[in-house]
Amino acid sequence: MTYLARPKIELPGQKTNAIGLTLRDYEGALSTLCAGCGHDSITAALVQALWEMSLRPEMLIKMSGIGCSSKTPAYFVHGAHGFNSVHGRMPSVATGALAANRDLVGLGVSGDGDSLSIGFGQFGHVIRRNVNMLYLIENNGVYGLTKGQFSASADAGSTSKKGEVNQMQNINAVATAISMGASFVGRGFSGDREQLVPLIKSAIAHPGCAVLDVISPCVTFNDHEGSTKSYAYTREHKLRATEADLIPPRAEIRASYYAGDTYPVRLHDGSTILLKKADPDYDPTRRNNALGYLERHRRHGEIVTGVLYIDQNVPDMHEQSRSTEAPLRDLPFETLSPGRDALAELQKGMK
Amino acid sequence: MSTTQNRINDFVLKIATVNGTGSASANGLLMKALFRMGVPVTGKNLFPSNIQGLPTWYEVRANHQGYMSRCSRVDVMVAMNAQTYQKDLAEVSPGGFLVYDATWPRERDLNRHDITVFGVPLSKMCNENFEVARVRILMKNVMYVGVLAALLDLDLEVIKQLLQETFSSKPKLIDANLKAIMLGYEYAQKHFTCPLPIRAETMGDNTGNILITGNEAIGLGCLYAGATVGAWYPITPSTGVMDAFTSYCERFRVDPETGDRNYMIIQAEDELAAAGMVIGANWVGARAFTPTSGPGISLMSEFIGFAYYAEIPSVFINVQRVGPSTGMPTRTQQSDTMMCAYASHGDTRHPLLFPSNPHECFDMAVRAFDLAERLQTPVFLLSDLDIGMNDWMVPELDWDDAYRPDRGKVLRPDDLAEMDRFIRYLDTDGDGIPHRTLPGDDPKGAYFTRGSGHNKYGGYTEDSDEYQEILDRLLVKWDTAKTLVPDAILSPSSKKTKLGILAYGSSDGAVIEARDRLAELGIHVNYLRIRAFPFSAEVHEFLEAHDTIYVVEQNRDAQMKALLMLEANDIADRLVSILHYNGMPIPSECVVTGVSRHQGLEVAA
Ligand SMILES: Cc1ncc(C[n+]2csc(CCOP(=O)(O)OP(=O)(O)O)c2C)c(N)n1
Ligand code: SF4
Ligand SMILES: [Mg+2]
Repeated sequence: MTYLARPKIELPGQKTNAIGLTLRDYEGALSTLCAGCGHDSITAALVQALWEMSLRPEMLIKMSGIGCSSKTPAYFVHGAHGFNSVHGRMPSVATGALAANRDLVGLGVSGDGDSLSIGFGQFGHVIRRNVNMLYLIENNGVYGLTKGQFSASADAGSTSKKGEVNQMQNINAVATAISMGASFVGRGFSGDREQLVPLIKSAIAHPGCAVLDVISPCVTFNDHEGSTKSYAYTREHKLRATEADLIPPRAEIRASYYAGDTYPVRLHDGSTILLKKADPDYDPTRRNNALGYLERHRRHGEIVTGVLYIDQNVPDMHEQSRSTEAPLRDLPFETLSPGRDALAELQKGMK
Repeated sequence: MSTTQNRINDFVLKIATVNGTGSASANGLLMKALFRMGVPVTGKNLFPSNIQGLPTWYEVRANHQGYMSRCSRVDVMVAMNAQTYQKDLAEVSPGGFLVYDATWPRERDLNRHDITVFGVPLSKMCNENFEVARVRILMKNVMYVGVLAALLDLDLEVIKQLLQETFSSKPKLIDANLKAIMLGYEYAQKHFTCPLPIRAETMGDNTGNILITGNEAIGLGCLYAGATVGAWYPITPSTGVMDAFTSYCERFRVDPETGDRNYMIIQAEDELAAAGMVIGANWVGARAFTPTSGPGISLMSEFIGFAYYAEIPSVFINVQRVGPSTGMPTRTQQSDTMMCAYASHGDTRHPLLFPSNPHECFDMAVRAFDLAERLQTPVFLLSDLDIGMNDWMVPELDWDDAYRPDRGKVLRPDDLAEMDRFIRYLDTDGDGIPHRTLPGDDPKGAYFTRGSGHNKYGGYTEDSDEYQEILDRLLVKWDTAKTLVPDAILSPSSKKTKLGILAYGSSDGAVIEARDRLAELGIHVNYLRIRAFPFSAEVHEFLEAHDTIYVVEQNRDAQMKALLMLEANDIADRLVSILHYNGMPIPSECVVTGVSRHQGLEVAA
């Protein structure tokens, strides 16, 4: 199989965004995933979100590990560099890339196997460093690419396609991320694009590591009766805690936004994540409240979605390490290498 | 060799202490005193994998001929550790000397009649002259420096000067240290015949030389090469590399006004992550490196293969220790040669650089970045604990201000503007090296980096021909690497000979000294020091030109010999291994014995 370029059809009058690009400019190669795979819907939501944000394609880096989910960066924004790394290690490569150029927009796509099993360590540490990126987990409860084994996110009591019952407790990506100190945690569903697009935009705008757990049914191995990651189950048990919207920097924030259950989270770049509480009980700025809420609803088999936790004031990796404003990779060599005289001076202390 | 004869500037001094007692500064003072007297000197730490309380030794070799290798003789032992006293006493060469703390009586059977034993009541004198407990312990160490100064005729003025420089910011300490030194000095003058027949004598001032460890030199090399991202996970004996890089960056890379840093050092969660970070940063166009040791390389292997296949520059510094497994973390070996050469699954091979001393560590660290970027591949700098953590006297490091990094074939927006289409993995000029672009530059340069089967466009492929095209091109690139890596260095014998020695890295010093001794025995050998893998043309020529080639290395399995046999034809029956792998730096005697035995000569080592 070779690289399939998507035929590019220019429709006259096709809508362009603020930098003059059409939706098509944010697409990638044709997907080779199974028809109906949740991951493809997430790809579509990403295309929409990035287009709406008028992101310059070359400023995006698309990072992933290994799995069906990790293949998807090839399917959006063909004008961005992509990096399909090794299984479970996307976070470290993204960390290095963003260390070298802090102006890039980091977008990591991972799977539940990629993040919660083999890559569990790196998942935790990219959060701990608060690397400024979107960390998107396409969560289907199975290892799709290796043909349907349970993943660590499979719920206890759920069954495999062959009827085998999973006995182990699941690792809950959002609760784990919140308890590890993530600065932004959200959950969405591949089947709810209307909710997902603004979630993605908010996560990208957030100045730190934004973890998005997106339930993304695997039609081939985990869409049956007994699965808790199927389309049917997710639709039935999905519950919105909050709704998010991203308001660009120059847009006016109306007074009504501050009213009652709606409140804006002002970001450093001037944009605003506008959060509306779908459930008045929910407080996404307090970890305890968020975790307690998640746990209460988990017990009833409900899947809580929306922006679940946010703290835009946690210093990101660059602030923590006090690195200079300019991308490190762009620093002129003259400023990096102290030169001959300095070396001679330094060596006086070695005599 | 008897030690009783007059020997000037040719002795081995060994100091046995307990780690954590602050003997390092006393030992450093001894080293520097000899250094400033113009005497070629090396210092080797023999320390335990422990923080406090276990025995540790420091071995100083002074040698007017400039021999740097370890020498199994011990002329003067300073036995400060009661725990190891018996062993230390036994280790003194016949005719040698031993200094011990005579505050407490020794058991009678702990004596030897073929050496001279000097008892100095060090603890007693310290207790009488210093108040604070911690100071007493420290001053006991400084006091033996005074004793040795009298016995070995070290220049007191030099020592005073050194104290002044070391404690310039804490004048009180100068007085205390000087007092301790003089107490020791005067005691020895009064009670023993000073100086000893083995002693030091000023022979210059060592202008043009420095004392440095390999780890410091590598850290400095990374700084000078313009590395901006360093990722690591602490592991002995490589930790000093990042410690050095950090302190040099703090000195040279911080904006004095804003405090902004022109670098980022990331202490990763493990070596896998460190490798990923280095690969990610290089992919974006920064120079990034990771220092580690054997266990770290094992963990990094999957990523190393990735970087090889996806063609991402990256610099891996392996300061080798003793394996297998955790092995002996504070002992030295050259036992990762094979692993690094072919690290990772599938058909992979990587350039290795073998510095033999800290001077070369500096130069080769810079070279490693140039090679990695030129070849778009992982490059290994293979140091070891002996080079990395011991104090070496080497010629001053030099820097050419005209140096600019070789960034290799990188296409920036201006270059892309002139092209119809960018093809990531296309060899346009036959050297096997394709062009790369950097994220953040231009959508025209966008491509997909992947470790899965790919074609020249970077697209996913399972097509046999497309796959093989890339794999074969990587071999062309390997041939290019042979012409770019540091060449091997030939030291011909003064007499025509068909005998040769091949060695690399820290075995160099032992070979240099051994060749002189072998020549005295009538055995003449040419010496080629391998400085890189893949082997450059000189290595093959050397193999062809000799009937017997001794391959000297510090591992059990003759790893370099194995590499040579894989790369060159019909040499198996001409290669003879000389191996040393007990964890101590290889002494020259090992090479002398190995060669002379094989030549049918028995020598007393
Ligand atoms: C080191 C390593 N071990 C195992 C594999 C095989 N493998 C490929 S994808 C995968 C699981 C992927 O699961 P997930 O991350 O959930 O992605 P999905 O396919 O479900 O989207 C495994 C085990 C591998 N590629 N590398
Ligand atoms: S196997 Fe599952 S996860 Fe993979 S492409 Fe098919 S539906 Fe998607
Ligand atoms: Mg999965």
